[in-house]
Amino acid sequence: MAEMSAEGKEPEILFWVGCAGSFDSRAQKVTIAFCKILNAVGIEFAILGNEEQCTGDPARRAGNEFIFQMMALQNIETLNMYKVKKIVAACPHCFNTLKNEYPALGGNYEVVHHTQLLQELINQGRIKMEAGGSFKGKKITYHDSCYMGRVNGVYEAPRGVLEALDGDLVEMKRSRTNGLCCGAGGAQMWKEDEPGDKRINIERAEEAIGTGAEIVAVNCPFCMTMLSDGMKAAEKQDDIMVYDLSEMIVMTNKW
Amino acid sequence: MVQQIVFFVVTALALGYAVKQFLRLRRNILLGKDEVIAGDSIQRWRNVALIAFGQKKMFKQFIPAFFHFFIYTAFLMTQVELIEIFIDGLFGVHRFFAPILGGLYTFIISFIEVLSIMAFVATFIFLARRNLLKVPRFFKPEMKGWPSLDGNLILVFEMILLIGIFSMNGADVLLQKMDPSHYSDTGTLAVSSWLGPALFGGLDQSTLMVIERFGWWIHILMVFIFLNYLPKSKHLHIIFAFPNTYYAKLTPRGEMENMPEIMNEVKSMMGLGGEEEAMAEESELPEFGANDIFDLSWKNILDAYSCTECGRCTAACPANITGKKLSPRKIMMDIRDRTEEIALNLDNGNMECAKDKEKPLDKTNYDDGKSLFDYISPEELHACTTCNACVEACPVLINPLDPILKMRRYEILTLSQGPSDWLPLFNSIENGGSAWAMSVDRDKWAKDVTGE
Ligand code: SF4
Ligand code: SF4
Repeated sequence: MAEMSAEGKEPEILFWVGCAGSFDSRAQKVTIAFCKILNAVGIEFAILGNEEQCTGDPARRAGNEFIFQMMALQNIETLNMYKVKKIVAACPHCFNTLKNEYPALGGNYEVVHHTQLLQELINQGRIKMEAGGSFKGKKITYHDSCYMGRVNGVYEAPRGVLEALDGDLVEMKRSRTNGLCCGAGGAQMWKEDEPGDKRINIERAEEAIGTGAEIVAVNCPFCMTMLSDGMKAAEKQDDIMVYDLSEMIVMTNKW
Repeated sequence: MVQQIVFFVVTALALGYAVKQFLRLRRNILLGKDEVIAGDSIQRWRNVALIAFGQKKMFKQFIPAFFHFFIYTAFLMTQVELIEIFIDGLFGVHRFFAPILGGLYTFIISFIEVLSIMAFVATFIFLARRNLLKVPRFFKPEMKGWPSLDGNLILVFEMILLIGIFSMNGADVLLQKMDPSHYSDTGTLAVSSWLGPALFGGLDQSTLMVIERFGWWIHILMVFIFLNYLPKSKHLHIIFAFPNTYYAKLTPRGEMENMPEIMNEVKSMMGLGGEEEAMAEESELPEFGANDIFDLSWKNILDAYSCTECGRCTAACPANITGKKLSPRKIMMDIRDRTEEIALNLDNGNMECAKDKEKPLDKTNYDDGKSLFDYISPEELHACTTCNACVEACPVLINPLDPILKMRRYEILTLSQGPSDWLPLFNSIENGGSAWAMSVDRDKWAKDVTGE
């Protein structure tokens, strides 16, 4: 972003990479896949690089408002300095915080989640899927992330993308509004589970396995980690793959 | 005449006591903090119409919704009958509306009769579901004792009410033939016109008159008992569901309430202005988040009183499903119990609970050495993933997540406690601007790909 603005250019959209997308090795692959798509369709985008900070979501949900405010106010400073108007986030938590919580602090942007942008691009014909792509007829199940689904009411965009991939979508019993959480939200990602019978991600992974799907599609880096771990615990990591929707588009098109 | 006086006195007592109880509930709810609930009223009325009247969320599960609907319509319809009972009771007339409404009267009373029977069947099925089929959501630890008795008591009430209605109508049908001048013609009633003769046929007029009066009094007394039982019961939701859906938040679900005090302090720390506002809040030891119901919003307490204890939230809660202690229903029941505990001390003017013994006991001068944390443990609070499944599931738009997050704020901000696992998280966000402590650049992935 700094380079673009030094050249006096205004990017079409700012890609908010997020902490997971920046540092988690699995989520980095999603980040790269998404960039490939943006490049392939010729969208001029920027990232903030080191000027991007955690949105503060995990701190806020844990109860630490101080740290949230520190992060949020710094980010808003940066975003406003670059006069950012539109943001795409690859993480539902970043998306939610940028979209719903920054306005109260003085940060007003048009925010979309990457699955929403992907569907838009597919609908506009800017992303064309190769006919008979690698997912044709494969059994795919889709895991609704809480922060896209119940929290922001986005259920159809990701399913639209899957449809375009020509896969055979099998729903889990708990889906859409009844979708079961992967277990990572509310800063659970960073702590051990409270005492109980089972981990939440195991419960969800078992449900996904029960559908007989070969692929679990997700839209959130935390769901990705949680469900991948769940597959490992069930020793299914070689049979059932957990992919983000952008990775699937890249694979189909062999970009 | 004697009957009229007795009726007047009983009514005055019952209504008076009910009004007192409802005013007490109002006071209890207002023990919470003031909060202006923003958003337009058209959307709110839509919610009331769809969710409270239309029971939209109930119909996610068809069978319970179907039977619940009978009980609910029977309840609404009986109100029509009650108007007549009041007129008859106060003015010493008999079936005031019968001659006026004619055929319509026959229809309404028949309708109520059929509905009451269906409602009774529905209650019966519900009890069987609860106690024989053992639907798991009714057998969580928080459902022991009063909550389960409360759920079962309603059947007893229904049964007594039914006995009242049918002995009243049944005897009346027979009396209409013996003394048409006093017992106005009700037409052929759907149930009583055959049930009456079947049960009471052949009895003499004076016995029938006693039965009719007995039924009438049972009917109205049951209504009075129910009205005064409501404020102590989960069945309060038949009234509170309406204000509760009206006042449900319309702001995005994903938005946690902003804390301007902290925002301004951080702003002034960062040199972004806001100093004046930060200075203005000169409280020595600020408390953040919620430790007790006084720090919750009045809406949280209204939520707690509206809770039907149905457990749809708990059945959807990922933490509860996987055996953790957290149960969103228990959170709501705890808030209600804690409010009642405080309310009782306030009612009794228990001066041991006053912070300053010189001043009168009220919400600003209250300290009984306990708090909501005596009801809700940190373990429960820490298990929540903020997934909003409970919020989505609740048929009366209660938000159990909101108080959980307020209590987390208290724990972290005021007590500086919380799961130790979160300390590294807070440190790396605060010091490195990232949720993980990383020594590499944030865009290293990009440099790796482009080879820069
Ligand atoms: S938001 Fe928390 S309490 Fe509510 S269902 Fe999810 S985990 Fe349970
Ligand atoms: S909070 Fe709502 S869903 Fe949960 S028990 Fe109460 S009424 Fe039922």
